[in-house]
Amino acid sequence: MSSQLTTSRWRIYRRSWTGLWRKFARNRLGVIGLGLLVFFVLMALFGPFTAPYDPTSSSADILKPPSALHLLGTNEVGQDILSQVLYGAQASLIVGFAAAAISAVVGSLVGLIAGYYQGYAGDLLMRVTDVFLVLPALPLMVVLGAILGPTLFSIVIAIGLVGWTGTARLVRSQTLSVKQLAFVESSRASGARDYYIIFSHVVPNVIPVIFAQTVLVIANSILSAAVLTFLGLGNPSTITWGQMLEFAFTSGAVTSAWWYVMSPGLCIMLVVLSFSLVGYSLDEIFNPRTRKV
Amino acid sequence: MEGLRVYYNTDRGLLKAVDDVSFSVGKGEILGLVGESACGKTTVAMSIMRLLPAGARVIDGRVLFNGQDILSATEQQLRSIRWKQISIVFQGALNSLNPVLTVREQIAEGIQAHENVDKRTVDGRIDALFKYVGLDPARRTNYPHEFSGGMKQRIMIAMALACNPALVIADEPTTALDVVVQYQILDLIRNLREKLQISMILITHDLAVVAELSDTIAIMYAGKIVEYGDTFEIFEKPKHPYTRALLKSIPKMQGAKKLLTYISGSVPDLTGPVAACRFYDRCPYAQKVCADVEPKIEQLSTNQAVACHFWRDIENQ
Amino acid sequence: MGIGYAVNKLIQTIATIFFVLTFNFLLFRILPGNPFALLFRGPGFSRALVNQLNAQFGLDQPLWLQYLKYLQNTLIGNFGISYTYRVPVLSILVPRLLNTVILLLTATAISLVVGIAMGLVSAWRRGGKTDFAFSTSTLLLYSMPTFWLGLILLFVGVIYFGLPVSGMISLNGELTNPFALSSIVDLSRHMVLPCLTLVLGLTGEYVLIMKGALLDVFTEDYMLTAKAKGISNSKLLRDHALRNAALPMTTLIAINIGLAVGGAIQTETIFSWPGIGLLTYQALLTRDYPVLQGCFLVVAIAVILMNFLADLLYGYLDPRIRTG
Repeated sequence: MSSQLTTSRWRIYRRSWTGLWRKFARNRLGVIGLGLLVFFVLMALFGPFTAPYDPTSSSADILKPPSALHLLGTNEVGQDILSQVLYGAQASLIVGFAAAAISAVVGSLVGLIAGYYQGYAGDLLMRVTDVFLVLPALPLMVVLGAILGPTLFSIVIAIGLVGWTGTARLVRSQTLSVKQLAFVESSRASGARDYYIIFSHVVPNVIPVIFAQTVLVIANSILSAAVLTFLGLGNPSTITWGQMLEFAFTSGAVTSAWWYVMSPGLCIMLVVLSFSLVGYSLDEIFNPRTRKV
Repeated sequence: MEGLRVYYNTDRGLLKAVDDVSFSVGKGEILGLVGESACGKTTVAMSIMRLLPAGARVIDGRVLFNGQDILSATEQQLRSIRWKQISIVFQGALNSLNPVLTVREQIAEGIQAHENVDKRTVDGRIDALFKYVGLDPARRTNYPHEFSGGMKQRIMIAMALACNPALVIADEPTTALDVVVQYQILDLIRNLREKLQISMILITHDLAVVAELSDTIAIMYAGKIVEYGDTFEIFEKPKHPYTRALLKSIPKMQGAKKLLTYISGSVPDLTGPVAACRFYDRCPYAQKVCADVEPKIEQLSTNQAVACHFWRDIENQ
Repeated sequence: MGIGYAVNKLIQTIATIFFVLTFNFLLFRILPGNPFALLFRGPGFSRALVNQLNAQFGLDQPLWLQYLKYLQNTLIGNFGISYTYRVPVLSILVPRLLNTVILLLTATAISLVVGIAMGLVSAWRRGGKTDFAFSTSTLLLYSMPTFWLGLILLFVGVIYFGLPVSGMISLNGELTNPFALSSIVDLSRHMVLPCLTLVLGLTGEYVLIMKGALLDVFTEDYMLTAKAKGISNSKLLRDHALRNAALPMTTLIAINIGLAVGGAIQTETIFSWPGIGLLTYQALLTRDYPVLQGCFLVVAIAVILMNFLADLLYGYLDPRIRTG
């Protein structure tokens, strides 16, 4: 009998996907965001194959402005900036995704437990969440990143452990409102076990909201990753956009080579923008509070 | 009010909330506007004050107040009419008072927006108003959250009377309150009417309330007025099937015990296509013509009207 | 005011500070790559100094004893010795803190004023062209990393406007009277770019907060009542909308103070503004853990205290809490 329930649920999901796309497509900005997003994901996947030069090979053409040879110019050791940008997409995006994944998981767990088991456990969890909410994000991430060592993994952990609070709060309030729905009450009254209720009732209602929120968290994580790599954290031998800007800054090339500053920076901005646009569109569709009546 | 039509633009389509509604209220008269939830009575009230929400549009009609059409008044004229000539008591006064201002400030605001009086006079008037509605004048410097629900409703009533308006609209004044408090509020309204001779439009779904207080009753269903008349007439000799059904569903305390009667079905969805007579699918006397031809409001005498094809036959049964 | 409320918040604040202190302690001692294991074993630390520090911090004693010593030390302001400067951390921190406050205070004040004004207009003319313009520009600015914005402004400012490249005051400024007009002008010239960077970064958040709070208030019943009274639009906005919107805004602005600090770190780095942010960056570069830890603590505690003040302000503004 439970498999029957599953199959009919899948059919509902599939139908809701097309409905979702239709709703999503109504928001022009969201669609633009999605387009940009796809562009950058493709860049991350195929960048290294399409790069004209080896990003690590230096040359004598130091700090040359964009030209036919080097479409985005060269940096202070003569490396081709376009190639670096293309190679850098991977790390810049992956760190964002991974960190957001951690934030999503931690935040959802905390939110679900706090929302469902409201007693001392729930209270304690919310207090902890409030503390993390108050702590200044960047100093905390810097400290975490410094201690965990010069790897990309440490940045991922640093960002993930700081960015879960928003999701936790959201999931908790959603869980609370689902818990009070009539069919959940009747489910409990008929003696269903907690796990069952959580997984079959609460989670399906909470997942769309988590999804929308996580897209925004990804945007934030990519932004934070850029800042952290700029400040010198992370693996110095992996190319990221933030790191490119770090070299631009520390080499003193900032006041002369605008192409060096603009190229990686624009990429960061556009990626974050794209995820934000998509995230806000999804938020409008899923989040009951911001939904337009 | 003449031929008012108010439609809402909703996600699901155009909602014809109020369709061709007309009635009049004389000086010192209390009109009871009765109907189920979502029959359009609140929309009617809001239209008079022009407080409709963003998605609503007045398609047609006029609202004449002392000869002037409110619907075509300018913002400035409107502001001088509001509260000074017509005021309103909202339903569920729990949230209708600003939590960060004292009640004195809120009532004073209404007075000072229209009259040039000094603080002492204002305070004096507020004290008098408080006594009228049965509240302790010393509490005027308290905040809304320090009062109970019934007291808040009294504050709302006092506030509505602050500028001695000619007309007060009371939208479900007793719905959010418990029975004991309801009784007190109704008593209050009755006293006020005797003392002040105000005209009032009393909007409610509770027949008992209108029976107590109103002179005339207009029964609304699905955006239209289906019957209109003197309170006595309506209760003694109801003509429209809906009115009859409503009266029949009131359980009686005395007499033989009978099964509770109710009106089967539910209110039609006004965004979709509706039968010509909107009561068609719930009417026990419905016939084919009811679905095709809209029953026009028939004026029976100066103070009576019905909108039904067969009311004469029903009456004779 | 409801004293119970104030006391409650005070307890919460103290608990939070305790949590941060403990967190800080554990962070620097338990994690792999434990910096305190290598603490003070670098060159340049005399044997006597090392012994003294060992005693002060109880480095050869069990963890819980170290924890107690740590709390003790923190309370008296002993944050350890900087690796790179060989002086007590606090003596480096304090002067820098003042510089950061100057920058942050100015930038936050401007951002609040501009942000609130823009948020108000945005909410009042919802869906209009102004709303759209503000929203898009806010979103664009928000997607830019603050340091990149700083880099662009640095480029533009130095090349096209001849503004100073870095620092807080010109070198010869140190010798003259700090209150003289020329000193103030000098300071202002140095402050323009970093301040602008911060303002551009922060305003967007405040616009969103204000707009959100106002829109929520507009849907409340009492707004309808007020409108029905026939009062003027400005009175409606001022006495009803704003007075009520101020409540959630206070809370949200307090929560976002941490953002300002994050922005400050980036801005100070770019413009070499000698504040705590730059100190954090420098400590990071040299892996000077005592200083890094000190910066984090100071900043965290400052933000927590600001939140406490904001909570008190909220308690005062909301009559439901004020009268208990």
